[in-house]
Amino acid sequence: MNRAPEEVVERLPEPLVQRPGPDASLLIREVSLLDPAAGVDGRYDVLIKGGQITELAEAGSVEAENGMEVIEADGLHVFPAFFDPHVHLRTPGQEHKEDLETGTRSAAAGGYAGLLLMANTTPPVSNPADISALRHQAETEASVPVGFMATVTRGMEGTELTDMAELREAGAVGFTDDGLPIKDPGIMRRALQYQRMCGGNIALHEEDPDLSAGGVMHEGDVSMALGLRGVPSISESVMISRDAAIAGYEGGRIQVQHLSAAESIEAVRQAKANGVEITCEVTPHHLCLTDEAVRDLDANRHKMNPPLRTEKDRQALIEALLDGTIDCIATDHAPHAPHEKEVPYEAAMMGVTGLETAFSSVYTKLVQPGVIPLELLIEKLGCGGVPFDIEPFSLEEGSTANLCLIDLEAEWVVGEDGYESRSHNSWCEGQTLNGRVLMTLANGQIAYRLRSFSMGVA
Amino acid sequence: MKHLLTIEDLDREQVEMLLERAESFAEVTRRDIKKVPTLRGQTVVTLFYESSTRTSSSFELAAKRLSADVVSVKASGSSVDKGESLKDTVETLAAYDPAAIVIRHPYAGAAKMLTDWVGASVINAGDGMHQHPSQALLDVFTLRNRLGSLEGRNIWIVGDVLHSRVARSNIEAFQLMGATVTVCGPPTLIPRGIEATGCQVRYSLDDLDEADVIYLLRMQHERMSENFVPSIREYARLFQVNERRLHPRQLVMHPGPVNRGVEIGSRVIDSGQSLIAEQVASGLAVRMAILYELLTSNDEASGQSPSGPVPIGEPA
Repeated sequence: MNRAPEEVVERLPEPLVQRPGPDASLLIREVSLLDPAAGVDGRYDVLIKGGQITELAEAGSVEAENGMEVIEADGLHVFPAFFDPHVHLRTPGQEHKEDLETGTRSAAAGGYAGLLLMANTTPPVSNPADISALRHQAETEASVPVGFMATVTRGMEGTELTDMAELREAGAVGFTDDGLPIKDPGIMRRALQYQRMCGGNIALHEEDPDLSAGGVMHEGDVSMALGLRGVPSISESVMISRDAAIAGYEGGRIQVQHLSAAESIEAVRQAKANGVEITCEVTPHHLCLTDEAVRDLDANRHKMNPPLRTEKDRQALIEALLDGTIDCIATDHAPHAPHEKEVPYEAAMMGVTGLETAFSSVYTKLVQPGVIPLELLIEKLGCGGVPFDIEPFSLEEGSTANLCLIDLEAEWVVGEDGYESRSHNSWCEGQTLNGRVLMTLANGQIAYRLRSFSMGVA
Repeated sequence: MKHLLTIEDLDREQVEMLLERAESFAEVTRRDIKKVPTLRGQTVVTLFYESSTRTSSSFELAAKRLSADVVSVKASGSSVDKGESLKDTVETLAAYDPAAIVIRHPYAGAAKMLTDWVGASVINAGDGMHQHPSQALLDVFTLRNRLGSLEGRNIWIVGDVLHSRVARSNIEAFQLMGATVTVCGPPTLIPRGIEATGCQVRYSLDDLDEADVIYLLRMQHERMSENFVPSIREYARLFQVNERRLHPRQLVMHPGPVNRGVEIGSRVIDSGQSLIAEQVASGLAVRMAILYELLTSNDEASGQSPSGPVPIGEPA
């Protein structure tokens, strides 16, 4: 399988970068801890010193040191922080929508401690110097560690490969033309061949542009009633099947982004059964909404690509999440400014924000009704880095503190207190959700604290 | 009723009420003096982002016949040409405090968006491929005048259903009034999911004699370059409704503008079976009824006097 040779990997920079800050020292007392991967599930006192989890002790047994912040967390939960492999923070060039500072703050508010940033910026991230400059910028602006993806084709034009090896050396975690499919199967094949030398997973936005043909929502009863051009489900699945075949032939490795349709799951399942090294992700909005939501023609909340599909598709996505076909949950956080969204549905830009509501939305809509277990949600929000060789965060003693403190009882109205993101196109806008992130520690630092969540000091 | 956005928003009772009102306005249009003072002092804005002859002229004339002041804005030659957004344009026009805005726009849902931005009644005069409710109402009005009732009638809608807002509104309106609807055309121009509306689908005119009414849609020449049909010639051979295919008891309708010799034979247009001219005449009465219903019921709701402002010179 296509992994970069060891000597190449050793030369590569660290995949994630962030702004340096003080290491956290705090005691979280009598908290419910849940880390399914580490087999931790129970009430503990969690002692964090110098940014590390130094002690997991019996609840109520640890005394705080002088001056150390103490959180009385009886009734609250701590989970390993989440990792999102699919985020658009719009830097460079579209900072009116989002930037590294607002985007990472938004991520921290959602319990995330790691992000992979898509490369469809203005201009797209296609040159090694772009990666270097962005990493440098992240060192002053990113409150959560971020990794940068580079484009597969130069300028996302679909015709020439980027300097993939040099991009990797400059720090590109992987490659993607996300926002657009790689239309030419020959280019796809060459990229997978090059992967054999330089590594780096290739994340794919799977869509046949000729089948989508200018569609703005799922093709079906609802698109018919609204008179909107439809994107058929097969637009996604035929490309997954094609690329899985090429990856299988070349021994390559691919990550299928934002699965939306039942046919696509079948294609991934088939490829996995054939031994292709293929992983895939699903978004919270595809797990929670269907094309029926589009009837309100509200582009701000309900226009994205791939589009919301039918209840049958949604059920198939949930089933695939439960049976492990879907590897992780990714938000495809895609901020847009009001003037890009307050236009008729067909003219509006595609995409919704999701970082701040990923946990709460799926918790409210799927965990609380008993459709999926909480453990599965924590695991699938946490393992987004795995397809890119980034291990999930752990709550084991000795680990760097990457965790989120969540009040599962808290009820909140999305958008009522504004957003950390610069943009307001949340698909959850106005909804009442349960479960709220109170605090996030990322790479040993306090990256987020809910404003109304006060601190106590010993 | 404050806005007219889709047929779906209406129930049968509301449609009956509009049609009765239209009948009384049809009577007015037969008088020597065709104008009534109902909307004196009120402003109606028509805002057309697409070209239109019938709809824009009939809304404008309908508003004038009701004595409203009318401002007609077309996208070409206005600030829209300079890149002004829909929201900014509408908010600018809202400064004139119009009682109603009649809008046609190339995108679905544009009319509905206006209802969030302005206090005026919004009338959808066609939004993308979505809806064209005033057309559906005038078609029902025309048919009722000829047939008495649509109950149990078979209506075939033939042609480019995929791209047609008229088809979407009319399927709903005809069914609401008790008719059975069949859509017919090449499979490339019949939208997926249309069965959910409850209509039948046919891909040939072989059973056309089932129809009491044949409603033809305009076949646009661009559809050929977009590969929806291989050629207009073949389309006309397969789907043109002409005197050879037509039974004398059948009625033919078309929302216009027609392509003579494409979807419809020239002699059919000019025959007694064609209701095309009646549709245009009905348009005026029905649009007067729409304006009347929306603007006078608003006044009652807000408790204002329907008689309008106090004339100058009289004590307030």
